[in-house]
Amino acid sequence: MWRFAIKMLFGDSAKFYGILLGLGFASLLIAQQASIFVGLMSRTFAFVGEVGHVDLWVFDPTQSFVDDQKPLRSTAIDRVRGVEGVAWAAPLYKSLLVATLPNGVRRSVDVVGIDADTLAGGPAEVVAGSLADLRLPDAVMVEIGSSQQQLRLPADLAPGAIPAPGQVFDPAGPTRDVEVGDILELNERRARVVGLVKCAETFVAAPTVYTTYARALSYAPQSRRVMSAVLVTANEDADITTLAERIRAQTGLEALDPNAYAMRTLSYWMRETGIPINFGIAIALGFFVGVAIAGQMFYNFTLDNLRYFGAFKAMGASTWRLLGMVALQALVAGILGLGLGLGAVSAFGLNAAGGKLAFKMLWQIPLIAAGAVLVICILASVISMWKVVRLDPADVFKGP
Amino acid sequence: MTDPATISAHATAIRLRGVTKTFGRGESAVKALQGIDLDVPAGELTMLVGPSGCGKTTLISILAGLLSRDGGELAVFGTDLATLRRDRLAAWRRDNVGFIFQQFNLVPQLTVAENVSVPLVLKGESVAAAVRKAHDLLATLGLEGRGKSAPLKLSGGQQPRVAIARALIHEPRLLVCDEPTSALDAELGRRVMELIRGRSTRPDRAVVVVTHDDRIFHLADSIAHVNDGRIDQLTRGAAYARPTTSTSMGTSSASSGKNPGVHT
Ligand SMILES: Nc1ncnc2c1ncn2[C@@H]1O[C@H](COP(=O)(O)OP(=O)(O)O)[C@@H](O)[C@H]1O
Ligand SMILES: [Mg+2]
Repeated sequence: MWRFAIKMLFGDSAKFYGILLGLGFASLLIAQQASIFVGLMSRTFAFVGEVGHVDLWVFDPTQSFVDDQKPLRSTAIDRVRGVEGVAWAAPLYKSLLVATLPNGVRRSVDVVGIDADTLAGGPAEVVAGSLADLRLPDAVMVEIGSSQQQLRLPADLAPGAIPAPGQVFDPAGPTRDVEVGDILELNERRARVVGLVKCAETFVAAPTVYTTYARALSYAPQSRRVMSAVLVTANEDADITTLAERIRAQTGLEALDPNAYAMRTLSYWMRETGIPINFGIAIALGFFVGVAIAGQMFYNFTLDNLRYFGAFKAMGASTWRLLGMVALQALVAGILGLGLGLGAVSAFGLNAAGGKLAFKMLWQIPLIAAGAVLVICILASVISMWKVVRLDPADVFKGP
Repeated sequence: MTDPATISAHATAIRLRGVTKTFGRGESAVKALQGIDLDVPAGELTMLVGPSGCGKTTLISILAGLLSRDGGELAVFGTDLATLRRDRLAAWRRDNVGFIFQQFNLVPQLTVAENVSVPLVLKGESVAAAVRKAHDLLATLGLEGRGKSAPLKLSGGQQPRVAIARALIHEPRLLVCDEPTSALDAELGRRVMELIRGRSTRPDRAVVVVTHDDRIFHLADSIAHVNDGRIDQLTRGAAYARPTTSTSMGTSSASSGKNPGVHT
């Protein structure tokens, strides 16, 4: 009878596609919104992952997320270096500053100043030029990606060319990407692009501009010439957890490994913003729309077939066998609907990969969607099953 | 349970004594059956006839194991159905009863042969084997090669034959039909009833047909006239003691049958 149950499901194509659509839509909405949520949330701490070979981040204890700038005293670096077990400690500067383009357009950029000696805190991927070139006068490296939308130079200014005195560009005129050799202005000071880097998209979508720590301070306005964090690498034999405790005790600063620092940032955004609630609402909506559409369609499907179930019951099919048929129909519809939805989300994700859209489908997300679809199928089939249980076999002799 | 071989033609297959059934209670109670006494012989076709609402469907439902009685005695092939619990009763129906429903209730999403195979599949046969047997049986009913069709693609004359095949494929000892011709025109109804009679009467099988269609009364071996929850007349049908192959010739009215044994 299992085969017949499936044929009954597939054979009623209008209802079958309706059920699939409901379940597919629900799993699509759930998995897609969850993936965007995860993608968006991981952007809040993406900068931490950008920095390699760091054992501990040391920062002001009142700082609650990566971009929450709480200045450290300049002496912090020496105090951290003095802690036993620290191999090296490098200062880091990070702040939004204003860049002025040759056509007069002003843009916010995220300036990151790294230690000129160790170059610790530098970007993971250099696309053009070399990180060591940051030591050259006025040198900066610009992130491609965000800059291609936000840092656009006049098209009639050749790459690397310096505008002639008195030459003006139309701010609304045609533009081109930033290239190596181009000259920008950061707080009225010269910045020469010596390389291009690639960064993970961050939550604050301003293009990142890398330079040395000292030069970053010189670009910053007086009030913001402060250290943001200290990056620490531990001695080979040091235990990171105890080292972090020692730094905390001796400097009064917070010290966290990159993971913990990322989680601290994440939990701030989760706690303090409406983002999780908004995505939660979208996901719940997907769930309830699934229950409503698929549940309604499945119930109608069962109602349509009730007289045949009644005939089977009269002919001696046990109630359990009929319930099994309904459960199988719900399960098969669920699996196909889930496949449809997840397939669509994956296509969406592949399409979004590398683009502006935050999208990160963790392996748990399909499982969550599958769980949600399972619950929808159970809810949808329970009423149908109730109808089948209550079916009186004697009703087969009642009128149509 | 009694071995089918021990039931010879004209022996009592179903025995009812004082069977009662009431629906609802209090003011709105309906006494559908008020003491039914009836012996349904094996090897015969018994018709239950009577005005609408007299209790025919209730009676056939009780003796097919679809409905429980309130009082009286009932033995179907020696089994008192009241002793069977619900799932055992379902299994009993599966093993012993063939049904022809008024609307035939063929599942539109399944093929004709799959519909016919359902009783065998319910008994645990593989779908492949059951469908093969269904094709064979359909061929003997003039539906050769139609097994793979959708039931709704068949003509109005072919669908009843599918229902007959489904009712008989598992060789039940009891065949019950509630108004099998009421949805058909007179000519088709008569042909279908002839087919039921021709295909289903066997020495070890009891056939019970509910009808109020007097054009088919002549195909009965005996006719129980139900009135107000009682059987007030039991008459021999025109077909009684006649070879089953010549059933189509009789046109005599039911009451003209011989041996009008009356129970009350
Ligand atoms: N499930 C039920 N609930 C209440 N009353 C019923 C039920 N089934 C039948 N009846 C009543 O019992 C009487 C006999 O019905 P039924 O056996 O269907 O008659 P028939 O088949 O001869 O037309 C009718 O009055 C009918 O309304
Ligand atoms: Mg009736």
